[in-house]
Amino acid sequence: MARVVVDVMLKPEILDPQGQAVANALPRLGVSEVSSVRIGKRIELEFDGEPDLDRAREIADKLLANPVIESFTLRVEDPS
Amino acid sequence: MSAHRDASHSSESADVEGDGSRRKVGVVTFPGSLDDRDALRAVRLAGGEPVNLWHADADLHGVEAVVLPGGFSYGDYLRTGAIARFSAVMESIVKAAGEGLPVLGICNGFQILCEAHLLPGALARNSHLHFRNRDQWLRVESTTTAWTGGFTDGQEILIPVKNGEGCYVADERTLDELEAEGRIVARYVSGPTGYLDGHNPNGSQRDIAAIRNEAGNVVGIMPHPEHAIEALTGPSIDGLGFFSGVLRHLAHPREVAATTGANA
Repeated sequence: MARVVVDVMLKPEILDPQGQAVANALPRLGVSEVSSVRIGKRIELEFDGEPDLDRAREIADKLLANPVIESFTLRVEDPS
Repeated sequence: MSAHRDASHSSESADVEGDGSRRKVGVVTFPGSLDDRDALRAVRLAGGEPVNLWHADADLHGVEAVVLPGGFSYGDYLRTGAIARFSAVMESIVKAAGEGLPVLGICNGFQILCEAHLLPGALARNSHLHFRNRDQWLRVESTTTAWTGGFTDGQEILIPVKNGEGCYVADERTLDELEAEGRIVARYVSGPTGYLDGHNPNGSQRDIAAIRNEAGNVVGIMPHPEHAIEALTGPSIDGLGFFSGVLRHLAHPREVAATTGANA
């Protein structure tokens, strides 16, 4: 199995209301030591043959992330 | 599905058959569109011939302007407007917009126009976490577009806003450019009544409610003009001005003072 994992995150300067909502809920769990929560997406691309990082980068750039508000990282995941 | 849509369209526009002077304005239906029927009705009430376009059909059926309606195309999966951008009809619309076809994107349509790079920036989640649904005062700041020629500069209008992801964001350079080039079409304002929770319903940068491309044929707006076209159901009939505006533009294209021929 050839899997490329793409992580998409809102850029730091873009407000993340979902993350804020979660951060605001943490004190109700008794958690006080977490100062910030940011929420992103993890996307798994399964390739038929060898994982193609260049192809995955093109997919991420054109569709999976919006470069105006998001950044992404990608990596090949070990088949284990 | 497509054939069914065509059939429903022909009955809807039956009352304008035989009137050759009516301009055809298309409204795209994507899977998950909500406000396509209202937009078609707005076109008809403004005096145009509404034509329902289907997302999987690349043929624009001879329309002279296009509305991308509000809703949740493709379930808002991935990001709002992200998947609609790659539909067959959008390929045709992007090409035609480059050649001057007037395009109005409302709410989800605005999100699609940004994803398709016909307009700069993006629509992010509302800054205050809430879906906002209310009647919203706007100040019209650009009347040199294909859609807003019927308004006066600085005119305040009241139309509904309803979105969860209507927070307009762009980098500072883009925002400065939009302001310098007069491409901010409308901003959120307090209006005569004001709002207890602030005049900006979603946290949009610089109170931006609507922008246009350089040529002025493409406009994206977050509030819903198609919901303010009749006294019975809307807070005003201010929204009708967008639809009658494009019809007037099509009849007298020289009245639109496009600043450049290039597109955003």
